[in-house]
Amino acid sequence: MKLKNNAFALDATDLKILEALQEDARQTYTAIGKRLGIAHSTVYDRIRRMEQHGIIRKYTTLIDAEKAGAKNITAIMTVYTDPKESEKVAEKLCQAPQVTEVYTSLSEELQIIAKVVAENQENLHHFIANSVAPLPGVLRIRTSIITKKFKEAQPQILNDPKKSTTKETLDEIGERKE
Amino acid sequence: MKEEASKILRTLPREKAFYFFTSIGNYTGESAASLKEFMEKIKDVNIKSLEFHLYRGDFEKWIAEVLQDEELALELKKLQKFNLTGDAIRKELYTAVSNRLKQLTSQL
Repeated sequence: MKLKNNAFALDATDLKILEALQEDARQTYTAIGKRLGIAHSTVYDRIRRMEQHGIIRKYTTLIDAEKAGAKNITAIMTVYTDPKESEKVAEKLCQAPQVTEVYTSLSEELQIIAKVVAENQENLHHFIANSVAPLPGVLRIRTSIITKKFKEAQPQILNDPKKSTTKETLDEIGERKE
Repeated sequence: MKEEASKILRTLPREKAFYFFTSIGNYTGESAASLKEFMEKIKDVNIKSLEFHLYRGDFEKWIAEVLQDEELALELKKLQKFNLTGDAIRKELYTAVSNRLKQLTSQL
């Protein structure tokens, strides 16, 4: 881990530690150290520094809501906005407990893309009609309700030059699995 | 009578306006903040939106609860029974709302 203009540059060991934590954040420093061939104290120091500098933001639990008995519906909402108001609209969306992710995107028009969770379709519509459509700057809204989830994963760190998986094609990955 | 007519014909704040959707979560970008504006939007809004809101009872609910016009709300509720589709909905809605608007305006 090196400091570059007051910002951290992660080295290969840091990236490997992060990868190990992404697989299982509950494993011990000793287990990670053993896997990487380094001392557990080194693992501890590096994790502490990455926590202090906000590289590791928090440790959380991924819950399978369906198995936990929740019958919520999830929707992807695209909000087309007046560019002058888009920041405020995005900030307002961030405050709503029903909204779990918010992004902006610029294609032909400025769009805010948000993931919304609601108890049912009626509650979803009520939220969008009463809390999103009236926001100043909202031009129109397109919403797609998710019917089936095929994959949901944490993004892997892809900037390790020693890793080659990013260069592999999907066919190659498929062949290796077989 | 005059007071009631003025109340129904008032312009509402943005958060109380009617927002036209074509289906769950799909907002057309059209809204109406008064009965007059509502009548004007009926003429131009996507027909899918009129079908969507009429059969969900959204129009009568907004007119009764927000504009507080029980009489017009009842008229719009009756339209649901006729199983109207397409431009017939637009025509019947426009007639009902414009007649009521004329009646209320004459009371001012």
